[in-house]
Amino acid sequence: MHVPDGFLDAPTSIATGAVAVGAVAVALRKANKELDERTAPMAGLVAAFIFATQMLQFPVGAGTSGHLIGGVLAAVLVGPWTALLCMSVVLLVQSLLFADGGLTALGTNIILMGLIPVAVGWLVFKVVTAIVRQRKGVAIGTATAALVSVPVAALGFVGLYEFGGTANIALSTLLSAMIGWHVLIGVGEAVISGLAVSSVLAVRPDLVYAARGAVAPPELQIRSTRSEGASS
Amino acid sequence: MTSGSTSSQPDPAPPGRETAPPRSPSMKAFAVGALLISLILAGVVSFYASGNPDGLTRVAADKGLDEREKSSATADSPLADYAVKDIDNPRLSGGLAGVLGVSIVLVLAGGVAYAVRRRTPEADKAAPSDNAAGRTRL
Repeated sequence: MHVPDGFLDAPTSIATGAVAVGAVAVALRKANKELDERTAPMAGLVAAFIFATQMLQFPVGAGTSGHLIGGVLAAVLVGPWTALLCMSVVLLVQSLLFADGGLTALGTNIILMGLIPVAVGWLVFKVVTAIVRQRKGVAIGTATAALVSVPVAALGFVGLYEFGGTANIALSTLLSAMIGWHVLIGVGEAVISGLAVSSVLAVRPDLVYAARGAVAPPELQIRSTRSEGASS
Repeated sequence: MTSGSTSSQPDPAPPGRETAPPRSPSMKAFAVGALLISLILAGVVSFYASGNPDGLTRVAADKGLDEREKSSATADSPLADYAVKDIDNPRLSGGLAGVLGVSIVLVLAGGVAYAVRRRTPEADKAAPSDNAAGRTRL
């Protein structure tokens, strides 16, 4: 969903750039609540994984493809503020070195693929995990939030384009086309995000930010009883 | 047979904080594994990704959003469009670009996270959370 240069007019691009700078500045201050010595390396690993996975375009039919955005995946694994930083680094590297997403559209892309999926996704995740508890809730919450995050990001693009798009297109035409494709892409987002979070939950649940407190500490305490001689 | 007995046990972990299961990989092993997966995805699997336009590109082409599109100011970058300039073999060129991208993003995002992390005095001497769980590996 990388917006290139020239899709949006200059005032809109300047405005989205300012919003993105502000959001990243807030995230830089807030992320220290999510990051400590042990979890800081996770942010690097998550951003690297998102960069890699964004290269993997999957077909969604009729000669169209999609790729993971990763905002929800990052938010669940490292926390929402750190996730915004991870997404911003990925988008910055993509636009500066890989010519993927315009330089003047960097702020737009940070809003569409960082701010919106992270914020909306985190909200949906919180609602789902309040209903479905434990490890299952984290996995289902991730997939649901990922599914919703992609069409909402597409909706964000339609909104920005209505405001400052450089071509004349009827709102309803753009809306139905964008939402239609991005619901399909959202299914891929849900599958990839759900699988990735489930995998980390299986090997190191302590490294899943959103599972802190959401998943009861299990096996370790049971083991300590066995070492004292009490069996099952 | 498990849930009932846990409440009477001493809790070695801080409340609300999950501990690593006993046979889980160390942080180092986890990091190496995760990085290896990303490198393989970007370096090898990416060759097999769909070459079709993505959702936005498709809509833009269908509806004429792209009539004023400008090519990126970084279109001449040595890594533009996920290919290393002057390497003709597409598998090698794309794979190398992917590996470089993963490495750069890892260092930048990891560096930012490390710079803004919460610093606790104990954390500088040892890794308390791993030790608290009875594990000395890091």
